[in-house]
Amino acid sequence: MRAGALSVRWEPRTAAVCAALAAVALAAAVFVLGTGDFPIPAGEVVRALAGQGDQATEFIVTELRLPRALTGLLAGLALGLSGAIFQSMSRNPLGSPDLIGFTTGAASGALLQILVLGGGTAAIATGSALGAVLTALAVYLLAYRGGGVHGQRLVLVGVGAAAMLEALNSYLITRAELREAYEAAFWLTGSLNARSWEHAVPLAVAMAVLVPAALAFGGHLRMGELGDDAAQALGVPVQRSRTALVVVGVGLVAAATTAVGPVPFVALAAPQLARRLTRRTGPHLVAAGLMGAALLVVGDLISLRLPVALPVGVVTGVLGGLYLVWLLAGAGRRGRP
Amino acid sequence: MSRLRAQGLTLAYEQRVVAERLGVEIPDGSFTVIVGPNACGKSTLLRALARLLRPREGTVYLDGGPITELPAKEVARRLGLLPQQPVTPDGITVADLVARGRYPYQGLLRQWSKEDERAVTAAMDAVGVGGLADRIVDELSGGQRQRVWLALVLAQQTPILLLDEPTTFLDIAHQIEVLDLCSRLHEEGRTLVAVLHDLNHACRYATHLVAMRGGEIVAQGRPSDIVTADLVERVFGLPCQIITCPEAGTPLVVPVDRRRALTVESL
Ligand SMILES: Nc1ncnc2c1ncn2[C@@H]1O[C@H](COP(=O)(O)OP(=O)(O)OP(=O)(O)O)[C@@H](O)[C@H]1O
Ligand SMILES: [Mg+2]
Repeated sequence: MRAGALSVRWEPRTAAVCAALAAVALAAAVFVLGTGDFPIPAGEVVRALAGQGDQATEFIVTELRLPRALTGLLAGLALGLSGAIFQSMSRNPLGSPDLIGFTTGAASGALLQILVLGGGTAAIATGSALGAVLTALAVYLLAYRGGGVHGQRLVLVGVGAAAMLEALNSYLITRAELREAYEAAFWLTGSLNARSWEHAVPLAVAMAVLVPAALAFGGHLRMGELGDDAAQALGVPVQRSRTALVVVGVGLVAAATTAVGPVPFVALAAPQLARRLTRRTGPHLVAAGLMGAALLVVGDLISLRLPVALPVGVVTGVLGGLYLVWLLAGAGRRGRP
Repeated sequence: MSRLRAQGLTLAYEQRVVAERLGVEIPDGSFTVIVGPNACGKSTLLRALARLLRPREGTVYLDGGPITELPAKEVARRLGLLPQQPVTPDGITVADLVARGRYPYQGLLRQWSKEDERAVTAAMDAVGVGGLADRIVDELSGGQRQRVWLALVLAQQTPILLLDEPTTFLDIAHQIEVLDLCSRLHEEGRTLVAVLHDLNHACRYATHLVAMRGGEIVAQGRPSDIVTADLVERVFGLPCQIITCPEAGTPLVVPVDRRRALTVESL
């Protein structure tokens, strides 16, 4: 019994959940690679990925479809990680970047580029990254009181900022030309359609920096939940690690949103679902990130296989709504969300 | 020279200055108890001693050198702190919470070990929460929760312990139990600093008593040497009699019944 109680470090269950989530995400990605005007069976896809398929299949898989699958995996990973970081730091499941304005801010940045400045893909990417960073900065400054940021305040300020930016986004769209408005609206739902290496490569580069950085601070994140005083007394450099985590978290949101648009609910739901599966207390970044990847790619697969064409954002939106209902229904039983 | 001492501390939160030019020395191997009225700066002093609060002026010395020059984890292996109002993470189990006391011993190359496990088990048994290992901390009583937090600090296995009101929330029996535990830790060779509100407990358990008021140390020394009716009146503004505790021989503070005095006067 003791062994179970003390399994805080060696956690076979967590390891198993992580492995299963990775397997689901990768399997879904393989099916995504096989889906399209030209269906390819999973076995062929794997062979093409290994460089052993015929030339045409290999071209379709690695040149046309791989960027989409890769972007989905990485963006999902980024959303899951950033959700876990911000939820833990604000001590609130609602403190996730898609609810406290960061994603909306990224969308505002992108819309300004699409509709007002008329930039191309690179400009839109820069705009959305800037939007996320500036919004995060503003929200943190507004929520800052007496040497720290209180979770509840952060959520309230963030929700307010999200509402204002939402209004700005709507206003920008009403002012736009029809064709541009269509492009903007499409971007706003979040989509993995027509992703090329142009999207996947910058995202992969950003993730190569951000993921190790996030994992390096994972321990601090867990300890930070004990409150500043206790964490610091245990040897955690609280101020430094909080700053670093905010920077990394915002970077992850910006990278993901830039690549796929403001896909809703993945950052909100992934850490919570991961936590329920692993039955751990405290954030587990690896599990949350893998859950995010699995959610986004499975969502993408569903959107591809549906008879009507739906962007992945709509699918995750519906899944997220169901999740919230489940969360609220279960909250009474468990005493807390 | 003591392992833990401070010189010329000016302690402040943004605009509010709590203490100025405060010096304090924690005698090695002592059970030091800090007493004083609410808001006099006891917690602030403790936070400064554990380098949680950077003094505006002055220095805290740990083992001869400025505490700020030691790596954070090294400090945490020598000095543990139980905050007055610790935050319990949502849904955490007792064993998991106590295990976090081992953080200062972990690093990239040193993960969870048998020794960590032994320390956690021993700490939980010492405060009598071994049987609660799998329970959710939020679902415990206030006193049980307090003991779990004490276990976390014990699992840290530091030679110096700073405890900010370790007995609040506890019933009288558990207060004595925790104080006896502190006493035992002290006898095993640790240096303890505790903030207590009960003067009689302070007098019984302290080997060194520090009385504070308004950010200043009014008196310090052995309780039987310094505790007088005059001191209690000066520190707390409370008229009282001091008698000798029949059980321990230490000073016992008996507040004057002001209700009776008032009635007599008003008659
Ligand atoms: N985080 C803070 N920000 C601003 N002022 C603070 C803060 N913490 C404490 N203070 C102020 O500093 C003074 C000393 O507080 P401290 O917590 O040290 O008192 P204390 O002696 O521990 O009191 P108590 O017995 O009530 O715990 C008080 O006036 C308090 O209002
Ligand atoms: Mg206090």
